[in-house]
Amino acid sequence: MSDAYNFAYLDEQTKRMIRRAILKGIAVPGYQVPFASREMPMPYGWGTGGVQVTAACLTPDDRLKVIDQGADDTTNAVSIRKFFQRTAGVAVTEATAEATVIQTRHRIPETPLCEGQILVYQVPIPEPLRFLEPRETETRKMHELEEYGLMHVKLYEDIARHGTIATAYAYPVKVEGRYVMDPSPIPKFDNPKLSDNPAIQLFGAGREQRIYALPPYTQVISLDFEDHPFEASKAPHDCDLCGAGDSYLDEVITDDRGSRMYVCSDTDFCAGRRAAGHVGRLGQPGAAE
Amino acid sequence: MTPEALTGGFAAPATEAAHAFRAALEAMARPGTLHRLTGATPPAPLSPAAGALLLTLADTTTPVHLAGTVDCPAVRDWITFHTGAPFAPADQADFAVGDWAALHPLTRFRIGQPDYPDRSATLIVELPTLSATGVTLRGPGIRDTAQLSLPEIAAFRANRALFPLGFDCYFTSGDMLAALPRSTIVEEA
Repeated sequence: MSDAYNFAYLDEQTKRMIRRAILKGIAVPGYQVPFASREMPMPYGWGTGGVQVTAACLTPDDRLKVIDQGADDTTNAVSIRKFFQRTAGVAVTEATAEATVIQTRHRIPETPLCEGQILVYQVPIPEPLRFLEPRETETRKMHELEEYGLMHVKLYEDIARHGTIATAYAYPVKVEGRYVMDPSPIPKFDNPKLSDNPAIQLFGAGREQRIYALPPYTQVISLDFEDHPFEASKAPHDCDLCGAGDSYLDEVITDDRGSRMYVCSDTDFCAGRRAAGHVGRLGQPGAAE
Repeated sequence: MTPEALTGGFAAPATEAAHAFRAALEAMARPGTLHRLTGATPPAPLSPAAGALLLTLADTTTPVHLAGTVDCPAVRDWITFHTGAPFAPADQADFAVGDWAALHPLTRFRIGQPDYPDRSATLIVELPTLSATGVTLRGPGIRDTAQLSLPEIAAFRANRALFPLGFDCYFTSGDMLAALPRSTIVEEA
């Protein structure tokens, strides 16, 4: 651990400001609390919001896991994990069940979370209405008045054009019957895990300077219509490495003749299953690293 | 300023504030749960839990209102030295500290604005005792129901009726901490 920085990089004044925003976010689930986002030693879009929320939450006793689209070993995940190893000296892990704080980009782990865990989301555009109404003054008024008709029109236009709700990620949700919230660009397959989750879920948007939160056991409902109910979709395949039929899959092109394979996006989940002896279509028995 | 005001802060501010915040976060996210909050030794009558909360959350940008017996020179000096927080009347405060009777009338406190419900006060209510018994709580953060020894019901029901506006409460007793956000529904046991 480097002594050149304060614990977890941020100064105490900044952490207090972020902590106050997190607590107000917890008190009003789904509402976006403005906060004075700091410049971090990484570009906007690489998880500066999530990093600031994680920095405000970490204690020296924590065990941190960082995932990027479900993977522990991608550039973004590795660099953020190293950042906190260096500035906070925290223990790290790739196992979902062993982590106390999990920072994630665009996935919720397959392994169910439990009480005592905190899931921190990196959020690019926190405002679910932003692409429908570009003015912040207007979207703020729409949240104030619970005026969410525009969002239903958008979903309806999806159905009119494609025959089904084509929104596949960042699928809008309603929190405790009040605020419409952007769950960050997680696949809609993950939306059901938002609701009634035993863990604390915190959302940080660095460039957009917003923090919002879901306390444990909060009701989160994906917007839909009676005749077009929400569906948590995924590729209609099993994982080619571990054989899992119920996990979210990445499609990998394997040559230039159209061959492809499907693998779990959650690397820890897939490795755990392979270690337990599960083998998929292209997996080799005993090949789990 | 008395020399006592200079003592009783966090020995290791970064890590102790981190632990205190996690307790405060867990308390607010799971209404009705009790947490231990140590590290601060403020002058009487301010409790160690309330002192630790102020050290963790208050600074020069957050006006603090002291109500009743905690509004004494010893406590004022201690808060000023350790946090730099300015003191303010109830209607301007981000944090208000006092016993339940001294905090009344509660309508003085900021409940946020319809477009910015976060601009509301957080009350730190000093109670003689704190236990997971008494009135029934339900709402976000609670799986089925929880119990907490609240001083009354009517005030919290009125506050819940304002949602998403309203104030949020911490309850402190000695080094014990519990919380009640505005989103919690309070019912008779």
